[in-house]
Amino acid sequence: MKYKSVFDIIGPVMIGPSSSHTAGAARIGRVARDLFGRKPDYAHISFYGSFAKTYRGHGTDVAIVGGILDFDTFDTRIVDALSLAKEQNIEIKMTEEDAITDHPNTARIVLGDEHGQIELVGISIGGGKIEITELNGFDLQLSGEHPALLIVHNDRYGAIAGVANVLAKHQINIGHMRVSRKEKGQEALMIIEVDQNVHQVLVEEIEALPIVQQVVKINE
Amino acid sequence: MFRNVAELVELAEAKNCKISDIMIEQEMEITGRTKDEIISQMDRNLKVMEEAVERGITQDVKSHSGLTGGDALLLQNYMKSGKSLSGEFMLDAVSKAIATNEVNAAMGTICATPTAGSAGVVPGVLFALKEKLNPTREQMVAFLFASGAFGFVVANNASISGAAGGCQAEVGSATGMAAAAVVELAGGTPSQSAEAMAIALKNMLGLVCDPVAGLVEVPCVKRNAMGASNAIVAADMALAGIKSRIPCDEVIDAMYKIGQTMPTALKETAQGGLAATPTARELEAKIFGIALNKK
Repeated sequence: MKYKSVFDIIGPVMIGPSSSHTAGAARIGRVARDLFGRKPDYAHISFYGSFAKTYRGHGTDVAIVGGILDFDTFDTRIVDALSLAKEQNIEIKMTEEDAITDHPNTARIVLGDEHGQIELVGISIGGGKIEITELNGFDLQLSGEHPALLIVHNDRYGAIAGVANVLAKHQINIGHMRVSRKEKGQEALMIIEVDQNVHQVLVEEIEALPIVQQVVKINE
Repeated sequence: MFRNVAELVELAEAKNCKISDIMIEQEMEITGRTKDEIISQMDRNLKVMEEAVERGITQDVKSHSGLTGGDALLLQNYMKSGKSLSGEFMLDAVSKAIATNEVNAAMGTICATPTAGSAGVVPGVLFALKEKLNPTREQMVAFLFASGAFGFVVANNASISGAAGGCQAEVGSATGMAAAAVVELAGGTPSQSAEAMAIALKNMLGLVCDPVAGLVEVPCVKRNAMGASNAIVAADMALAGIKSRIPCDEVIDAMYKIGQTMPTALKETAQGGLAATPTARELEAKIFGIALNKK
């Protein structure tokens, strides 16, 4: 089921005018910020489909930048997000794309600074609910509504068992899990949605596993 | 867990409880949160709705584009003249639906029900009922759970996105949700709620999403107004014992399929319908400061 909670339907509380184009966009931006983990120096945003056609009218531009500034859907600062980003010296670039995507409300966000860059694709599926469909070239489905761990690791036996052991030790229950890779034996990505917030200690333990390259946690 | 309206009604009848109770129970089961936590979150959402309605019917709220605002206030003043044809209760619901969407268009704070573009119908009807039936705060919160239960089915089995299914998926869904919840608050049975939802949604089928200049303003605000009135009439029909010949779940399924076959120009792209009229194009050019020949 795409929608699990009654508050997906009666909610979110948000700044208008559109749940998909404003609240959903803010959420996609905020997941990008969470994944990047710090204030970026630049944000390059591409809009597809209905996003591309109507982003100005719906405030999709201010909302997505608001999310990148770590604002929630009901944060009234969203309205001034573009000028606030300027104040924080974040370079913003927006592009309207013509390409046809699977979902009409699609945005691609690239966040970066001198230390690194992330690229993600998010879709706004209605009523403010979003999914992250792609991260750094990996296909994934992430609702952004549960705490999640994204683990970049070597595509080798024992990787899943190693991570699962650490989670079990800390009594963390896995709600949803997916593993994908670009090529056999190369870099792979493990996506684990869990029921409760995870502590930094656990992240460090997973990071210490020889097979693991990087761990990003996204908390609720 | 219920997957469709038939199962929802069956659960409520088997347990001899209300639709809203089933929704609360399911929320507890899925999230592991307590009943108190869930109810107080819904109470906070109710408060946001109340503030938006209050702001819209007392202040001259204007959107940035200037396309919408002030109509809720006009209607409230007209009601006081005592000349209204459709009656004070009906116009109260309509004006409060407009109020919410005017606040939404002005980038004010609202609660999506199920979306922001369709945020007026459910609270509009609820806050008019508040004057008419004097419900307790608890009953008003229950109204939101009941409408949420029906919206939950639509969202999972069809769509609540204008970009995916047209306005029928947004204002249409909201209208059905509100109709079903009115029935519960007015003392009807769970199956009467389902009939009301079916009757209301049937009359919203095919409704396209064609926002002028891509803004959630024209015709969205007035579609919420008509949705609120539609919901009340559908609820009255169901309470009178009228049944929908097509079961509620099949109506929802029909809505989904209509949405799939609807052309992209009519699904929130501002390329067809009212958005493509000469006046709409002029307004669009004026709002965004672009020359018409560039479009």
